[in-house]
Amino acid sequence: MRHTLSVTVENEPGVLSRVAGLFSGRGFNIESLNVAPTLEEGVSHMTIITNGDEHIVEQIVKQLRKLVTVIKVVDLIEHSSVEREMVLIKVNAEDAKRAEILRIVDIFRCKVVDVSVDELSIEVTGDHGKIEALINLLGRFGIKEVARTGTVAMKRALQV
Amino acid sequence: MELTGAQIFLECLKKEGVDVVFGFPGGAVIDIYDELPNYPFKHILVRHEQGAIHAADGYARATGDVGVCLVTSGPGATNTVTGIATAYMDSIPVVIFTGQVPTPLIGNDAFQEVDIVGITRPCTKHNYLVKDIKDLAYTVRQAFYLARTGRPGPVLVDLPKDIMQQKFEFEWPEDVSLRSYSPNLTPHARQIKKVAKLIEGAERPLIYAGGGVISSGAEDELTWLAKSLNIPVTATLMGLGAFPGDDPLWLGMLGMHGTYAANMAINNADLVLAIGARFDDRVTGKVSTFAPKATLVHIDIDPTSIQKNVAVHVPLVADCKSALSALKSEMEPNLDSIDWEVAHAVWVRQVQEWSETHPLRYKKSDTDYIKPQRVVEKVYEISKGEAIVATEVGQNQMWAAQFYKFKRSKSFLSSGGLGTMGFGFPAAIGAQMAFPDKLVVNIAGDGSIQMNIQEMMTAVCNNLPVKIVILNNGYLGMVRQWQELFYNCNYSETCMDAQPDFVKLAEAYGAAGYRVTEEKDLEPILKEAFSNGKPTIIDVRVDPEENVYPMVPAGASLTEMLLV
Repeated sequence: MRHTLSVTVENEPGVLSRVAGLFSGRGFNIESLNVAPTLEEGVSHMTIITNGDEHIVEQIVKQLRKLVTVIKVVDLIEHSSVEREMVLIKVNAEDAKRAEILRIVDIFRCKVVDVSVDELSIEVTGDHGKIEALINLLGRFGIKEVARTGTVAMKRALQV
Repeated sequence: MELTGAQIFLECLKKEGVDVVFGFPGGAVIDIYDELPNYPFKHILVRHEQGAIHAADGYARATGDVGVCLVTSGPGATNTVTGIATAYMDSIPVVIFTGQVPTPLIGNDAFQEVDIVGITRPCTKHNYLVKDIKDLAYTVRQAFYLARTGRPGPVLVDLPKDIMQQKFEFEWPEDVSLRSYSPNLTPHARQIKKVAKLIEGAERPLIYAGGGVISSGAEDELTWLAKSLNIPVTATLMGLGAFPGDDPLWLGMLGMHGTYAANMAINNADLVLAIGARFDDRVTGKVSTFAPKATLVHIDIDPTSIQKNVAVHVPLVADCKSALSALKSEMEPNLDSIDWEVAHAVWVRQVQEWSETHPLRYKKSDTDYIKPQRVVEKVYEISKGEAIVATEVGQNQMWAAQFYKFKRSKSFLSSGGLGTMGFGFPAAIGAQMAFPDKLVVNIAGDGSIQMNIQEMMTAVCNNLPVKIVILNNGYLGMVRQWQELFYNCNYSETCMDAQPDFVKLAEAYGAAGYRVTEEKDLEPILKEAFSNGKPTIIDVRVDPEENVYPMVPAGASLTEMLLV
């Protein structure tokens, strides 16, 4: 099961390696990890995507909470939340295929951010499903390079 | 008044009430050592940094206070890692201060530089690099606070040399506040009621106590619970001494080398109260068959311990002492409504019968060899059960755990979680430092003792009359036992027949040395050795092929015991 963990940490040196080290040291899996400062000085926010059954994720959450530099851990699976990831995709685009690719870009509300003779670089933002769908669709043209930010996530204001 | 970093650091130790520091100097901490003579605490100069950390750990285990260790950067720091991991696995409060190269050199591969904060991240409760003298006092304060509160553990503080030389106003921070750290000490009232109800309804209850009982100081509450409600008690290796080892309700240790009675009791209990224990694999055996008939209650201060290895029915996150006090208050008013003697009479009779039919025992030797178990029994008899006993790791450790009846807590010092050979002797030095007048005995194997034998010089220099009883079988005995039982007697690299002359070795250090080869000499020599007032090695030649029984093979159920 895929879980999105929203983790608030003290913004100090080593905090990332404490968190990442906990995962590697205990054999937990990280699918993506995104970290950046928050508005509050000295506090950073991490979004961690991980996989595991209920028992493993419970351990992950508890072990994270045990770290002295971790302020708060929320498993967003228990909440209604928004998730977004930004991805840059460089795709093969010879003349014959270009129109079709641009149509897909349009449908997915992506942006073309770089063009060359036989390539297009596309910026896409969306949740996990949308990104996977787009990568699938573009796959048949030949994807040359992908750069992903990893998911960022937030609890919705209105919990349903 | 402005003080140097080194002075601020030492002022902090004074404020924390430190009376002994185990350490070894070096370039990065020379400024601290330069100031050291001006301060009131005693510094014990060890011969290897691993000795320093184990000694600080032994001091902490024997006293319940925080142990302190001070070493230099680079190799000084890395030499402590085994000891840090040892303390971490057993939740022992120690604070380790390591020197570091000056801040401008950090990251430049400077002489004796190592990223000790990075190295020890997985085996400390928390660690710090002090990068600004302004943070020094508060960091030291936090380190002690973290080490001793909640689930105790080792905390490391890395001190760059230039920070020790800079000057700053010393101000002792009275309060520590960490927004991200607030251990849950008090138990949930509803859970306590639930546990009380379960105890009232149980026919075959059993207490399974761990090291958490000792670190929270809940021995009296535990004893009250067991005796008032007539509940038998077993304990982990770390829990030995939490309940009197000579009480009729005591079943002995459980698990891989646990007693028949304890393992059978776990298997048949309908309620197991796990208190400050973490369901280690050496305790549970095959998890799926552990306590199959029981409702499991688990009291632990660390939420990560709960549901980690075993699914429990009633989790209770709290300090063991507060949880057991709450349970006591809950049960006390109605103590007379049930006749607890009668309620558990059948069950108690049953477990006592198991103890009687399958006591810890060993076959009498059919050769002239002394049985190692006999040696431990003799140490118990002569010390009247009043010694502080440290152990190394292996067969010596298990025989000590089995055959010395620990009457009180903090009298058994052993590396449970990590299983560190070389732990016992320096730990015994730490304990002897705390209790100079007590008999401190390290029960050792001939393999383990050679891992930190250099600390004999520390013991001699500081007049610490630690007694090392070597159960000398010429083997790495526990591994040999596994090879015999599970690897077709392929004794690959476990025979240690080339050995130093331990008596001469002791004498070379200025300590006393004795050798025992015949059982008739055992008692008189032990008696003499225990009263000679000197650090002493007693090299006892024991049966080389003796095994530790009972034994549950790794991964088997607790009921699948190999017996004598």
